[in-house]
Amino acid sequence: MTTRIKKQKATGDLFKAVQEKADVNLSVCYQCKKCSIGCPVADQTESPPSEIIRRLQLGAGDELLQTDLIWTCLGCETCYARCPNQINFPAVIDALKSIALEKGVARPEGDAPLFNQLFLKFPTMLKKGKIAILPPSGGDKGKVKRIFKKTAQNRGTGK
Amino acid sequence: MKYAYYPGCSAHSTARDMHESCLAVAKALDIELNEIKGWTCCGASAAHQTDRNLAVSLASANFLLAKEMGMDMVVNCAACYNRSKVANYEIKNSEEVKQSVADSLGEIYDGSVPVRHFVEILLKDVGPARLRKKIINPLKDLKVAAYYGCYLVRPPEATNFDDPENPTILESLIDVTGGTSVEWSGKVDCCGGMQNLTRTEITVRRSAAVIEMAKAAGAECIVVACPMCQISLDVRQADMEKLLGKKYDMPIIYLTQLLGLALGLSPKELGLNKLMVSPAAILKKAKAAIS
Repeated sequence: MTTRIKKQKATGDLFKAVQEKADVNLSVCYQCKKCSIGCPVADQTESPPSEIIRRLQLGAGDELLQTDLIWTCLGCETCYARCPNQINFPAVIDALKSIALEKGVARPEGDAPLFNQLFLKFPTMLKKGKIAILPPSGGDKGKVKRIFKKTAQNRGTGK
Repeated sequence: MKYAYYPGCSAHSTARDMHESCLAVAKALDIELNEIKGWTCCGASAAHQTDRNLAVSLASANFLLAKEMGMDMVVNCAACYNRSKVANYEIKNSEEVKQSVADSLGEIYDGSVPVRHFVEILLKDVGPARLRKKIINPLKDLKVAAYYGCYLVRPPEATNFDDPENPTILESLIDVTGGTSVEWSGKVDCCGGMQNLTRTEITVRRSAAVIEMAKAAGAECIVVACPMCQISLDVRQADMEKLLGKKYDMPIIYLTQLLGLALGLSPKELGLNKLMVSPAAILKKAKAAIS
């Protein structure tokens, strides 16, 4: 599918925000498209990885936060592993995901009915001993609590 | 051979068969796996998608416990392996991450505890020669597709597992069992596991593509080393058959289950009764039966 991209006068705010959040340099992308060729869900998305980078370079705005790859991405990291310029594209997706959520424009697609369907398989899986109801405990809950508290405090402070 | 064993959550839930077969194989080969006392979540999925420092800190809490034991940390779950390797890599390469982790743990961790997958222990520490001596039930003529998926091999600079595009660790171990590995190009493809509960059709189609590739290469079963791949390919097979109107009948078994059979262990202690797709075809070759 072809997406028409309107070129903006200046690089967009989104470009800067994504670069900062994902800690990547998107200017080094020269559109070799190895990422899109290796992407297992490229055929099911509006814009494959290389096109998302191009759209960011050309000053894409919030319309890019509606792009479906954000929610289709499998996090398989094939794009990153094959990028000749080591652009961490999964981090770009994570950044777009979190910006979309922050701005309240996220349109995640999900299938609650399918989740329920899987849930219906639980009796068989339980019977076969494939799953247990509860994970084992015994870990230091206080320590985990501290980690959550501290990282939440430090979020956004650069620490 | 002594190791600090980190089972991870899936070992006690959806991948009990992985955990049980690993322990059984370790016992048969005199590998001492000492479960890390008080281990907690490795920080996979929800944590690493939300907050990098949170994910790295969670993994580091376990490293500090392993460090006290003074042994290499052995992991069986590919996602735990991935998160732990990435945590070590990020701590070693970013002073900022290291500081943040020190702050949240109240203790400094330098990223130095070695993390290894159990299949690496089998091939590199035990070695094919010693393994071969223990094989009493060679799986002759069994055609196997070795499937690695994503977490073991990517990102390569952090996991450093094997060749990221053409790993061969599993094939070397399959060779030890007497089975034959098929040549196929799907071994590092993604099973789609991440969308298993959220957008299931993506997972079902992706996993079906993997099974079809293995089938076309002549495989009678797929051997995995990742609980997410196992779930997608095994539990979802009924959904694939329904959605695509094809019959697959492809057993998806852990490397430790395959090796266990060749070592003469019983299907039950290897958790083979827990598979959704019956491994009857493999058991026939191994001359074993699920009691």
